Parts: sequence; C-alpha cells; structure tokens
Amino acid sequence: MLQVRDLHKSYSGTEVVRGVSFGVAAGECYGLLGPNGAGKTTTLRCCLGLTASDAGTITLAGLPVPAAARAARARTGVCPQFDNLDPDFTVAENLVVYGRYFGIARRVMLERVPRLLEFAGLEDKAASRLDTLSGGMKRRLTLARALVNDPQIIFLDEPTTGLDPQARHLIWDRLKGLAASGRTLILTTHFMDEAERLCDRVGIMDRGSLIAESAPRALIGAQIEPHVVEIFGDGVREFARDAAPRYAQRVEVTGETAFCYCRDAAPLLEALQGQTALRALSRAANLEDVFIKLTGRDIRD
Amino acid sequence: MTEPLIERLGLRFLHVVGRNFLVWRKLMFASMIGNMADPIIYLVGLGVGLGAFMPTIGGMRYINFLAGGMLCFSAMNSATFEALYSAFSRLKVQRTWEGIMHAPMTAADVVLGEWIWAALKATLSGTAMLVAMYLLGIAHGWRPLLVMPVVLLIGLAFSGLGLIMTSMARSYEFFIFYFTLLITPMMFLSGVFYPRAALPHAIQVIGAFLPLTHGADLARGITLGMPMAHPWLDVLVLAAYATCGVSLSVRLVERRLLK
Repeated sequence: MLQVRDLHKSYSGTEVVRGVSFGVAAGECYGLLGPNGAGKTTTLRCCLGLTASDAGTITLAGLPVPAAARAARARTGVCPQFDNLDPDFTVAENLVVYGRYFGIARRVMLERVPRLLEFAGLEDKAASRLDTLSGGMKRRLTLARALVNDPQIIFLDEPTTGLDPQARHLIWDRLKGLAASGRTLILTTHFMDEAERLCDRVGIMDRGSLIAESAPRALIGAQIEPHVVEIFGDGVREFARDAAPRYAQRVEVTGETAFCYCRDAAPLLEALQGQTALRALSRAANLEDVFIKLTGRDIRD
Repeated sequence: MTEPLIERLGLRFLHVVGRNFLVWRKLMFASMIGNMADPIIYLVGLGVGLGAFMPTIGGMRYINFLAGGMLCFSAMNSATFEALYSAFSRLKVQRTWEGIMHAPMTAADVVLGEWIWAALKATLSGTAMLVAMYLLGIAHGWRPLLVMPVVLLIGLAFSGLGLIMTSMARSYEFFIFYFTLLITPMMFLSGVFYPRAALPHAIQVIGAFLPLTHGADLARGITLGMPMAHPWLDVLVLAAYATCGVSLSVRLVERRLLK
C-alpha cells in the first residue's frame, strides 16, 4: 500500500530525513517510532504529498506521490497530530462537510454519519458544538472523520498524545478494530507500549534515518537482553559500578537509577537481597528499552 | 465510479465556498447587520448631516455622490475583513485549511475558495447599499443594477490583496499595518467622500494607482450617470489587482503550508 524509497528532505540546510526507505503491505499496521525531531512527521507529510521531498520516490495506494498526490489522498484517511476539526460546525456537520472535500454528496454523507458516530462513540453528540467535547471525544471524531471516504489506508500522527489512559484505551480499541477489518494503518508514536500493542511492524527513526525495523517482539529479542532490573536508592552508583556487571550483561546508570539488562535476572536479584538500602524493580524487556538503547537517553527538543 | 461534476470540472474550490456559506448561514442575521446596516447608517448620517453644509457636486446632492463611493467602500471593507480576520482564523487559529488539505484538496483550491467567498460577501454588502440607494431615491431605473459585476470585481481585488496579507501574517496585529498604511489612506485618496479633484495634483496621481479609485469612478458612472473618463481602464486595473492578488496568495500559502 505504501512504498518509500530513499527519501530525503532538508529544511534550510539541515537534513531532517536522510534516505529513508520502507514499505507497508496491505492490511499491515506499521509504526514509525522516534524521539522528537527524528523526522517522523516530515516523512508522513511527504507520503501524503503535503511536503515536497528533495529526493526519493513514494508510491501510495498504487499512485506516485507527489505527482498524483490528490488522487492518492482521495483513497487515504488522515488523523493529524493536532486537532483541526472545524469549530464552526457541530459534530455531525464536521463529518458531512469533510465528506464534501472528497466529492461525496451530502445525501451520501448523511447516510454514513450514524455509522461513523457509532464508531466514534458519539451517537448522542451529533448536534453538539465542538467546544463541549473532551479531548478524547475530539480525537475519536478526528478518527471518524478520517474514515469519511472509507479509505483502505489510514495515517495516524501520534493518535493518543495528550489523552488520559481511558481515552487511549478506547482509541486503541478502535484502531484494532480498523486493523481487524483489513485496513492498512501507518502510525507515528513515541509511546512504546502503544506500538507494541498495535503494530505488526515498527521502524525506529533517529536523526532522519531508519535505524531498525522489525516486528516489536523480534526487535526486542534481537536488540536486547530479555530481563531488566531497575535499581535505585542510596549507594546505587557504587553497586552498579562494582557488583552489577558481574550479574548483568549491560549496566546503564542514568540519574539515580541503574538499568541492568540480564539474560537471567535471578543471580542479580539474589545479590540484591543483602542490599537493604537499594530497591529494585524487575521486569521483562520492552520496546522502550530497545528504543532507548538505539536512540540514547539524551533529551531531544 | 464516475467523478462528481465539481471534481470533473476542476471546481473543487467550490467546496470551500460551500463550507464558508454553511457557517455564514448560521450567523446570518448578525453578519448581515454588520455588513449591510453599518455602511447604510454611515451613508444616511454623513449624507444628510454633512450634506446639509455641502454644495452640489457635479449637479447632484452630496448624499448621491457619497452613495456611489460608499457602495465601493462597503464592498472593500467586507472583502478585506473576510480575507484578513476570518481567513486568518481558519488558516492559523482553527487550522481549518490544514484539515481541508488532508482531503484531496490543494492549497490553490483553498485560496481560490476563500478569494471568491470574500468577494461574494463584498457583493452582498454592495447589494445592500444599492437597495438603500433605490429606497432613498438616489438610484433610478435598471441601469444601476449593472454595477453588480463591478462590485464583485472590487470584492475580488480587495479579497486578493487581503489574502496576500493573511498568507504572510503571524498574528492578527500584522493587519494593523495593512489598515493604517493602505486601507485608511485609500479611503481618502480614492474619492469616496469627496471628488479627487479637491486634492493636490501629486496626491491625485497616487490615487490613480489605487483600486478603490477605479471602483468608485465606475460605480458613480453606472449608478449615478456621472461621466466616466476611461471605464475599460478602470476594469483592467481592478482585474489586475484581483488576479495578481490571488495568484501571489496561492504561492505564499503553498510556501507556508506545504513546507
């Protein structure tokens, strides 16, 4: 459904996308992960023909972008990072008017609206003004709006950023439903749990390049030890320097916490029994650990 | 599936006009009072009050002379406000344009739609003035109706100029420059309130380059039967402002949003 080959994009001399290539098959859910400024949103915008790339080829829904971007967008749904719902209209009007931009007749849209509202869980909000909706409701409406043209491929730019846990779970549930109905989803996120839950495959972007790409489980298996013990408390630095390396394959200290990556956590946990000043949290390795390993712990602004 | 007619004819910008119309319809009455009643109050107030102290101009009462100018002035104001403040809200504050461009719509569709919409609002204001002119006995017969295309053209000229400003603006404050440096002086240099002949020659020359001057000359010629020196030049100047304005706006909006 989407083929990106050797995409490059610079802004005033700074290359923000440096030769990115990836493909997304029909029915797949693909996650583009990366710290802020990694080039995720720029890559998505190029795919939609909303940003002109400097080099590279893109094929979306069988059409070349940007040459046939308009026709490609007609077959695509977009759920943007920032809400751009139309505050001058009610909930239902937002859907009807948006359908008009796709050339869908008002009459046809009026037939589709009840199903879209049901999908968004906004059946009793059809005539509500937008400023009466919560953040979660707005995001669900944005998602429903991305479906007005019944697209087979949907782009979601950070679909749950800024939502509370209940609202996030509801969005995930809807996205899983869309994936189950055979639609292709392409999402960016910096929530690793979100990517692990939803995506068949993820690509990790950093500083404009795709640095790893695989199924989330496979990526965790290939990149990182299966167990993580997080240790904190008085004397953690000394313990991490002197004792931990004997039990863990890798030890990383950041701030007041030591992250110990182990093939087997038992010996380390046993050694910690005698350390009353230290507290430990033992857990399975997850995508976030891979992400941090690959992209570092530095803050990106 | 065959494409709908609007799409087939490449008239997608009509969806933007339609969107704005639907919003306008909700607040129609408040909007009409602002757009229509205001200039009419000015016309009657200045025309009757100030007119009592005025000699006739070219053999006509002051209120008649003023009405021809106010017709253009109200069209200019309507188009300008819509293309600046309302369009900027949709561009920046509400991100409406961005949303539209996620659909199979382009920056050119959006700008064309906004351009025409602002000109239609100008036409509505102009129509209200024309109705007032008939009611006040200033306009007679069918000939003044021919001014409608001119009003639309004035609307397109000022809507094009306004959209240039909007596409460059970072905040609403930016528009103060446009009003202070262009719109307000234009009001006094274009012969809306008094004949341009009253002004020093050098200033008249500046006025000759302003779109409102050409609009006012055309409007007075058509509605009041005043002699027109070069009507086709007037049309050409307005059309040039309109087309240059809209094409430059499209480029600027593309540069702003499609980066």
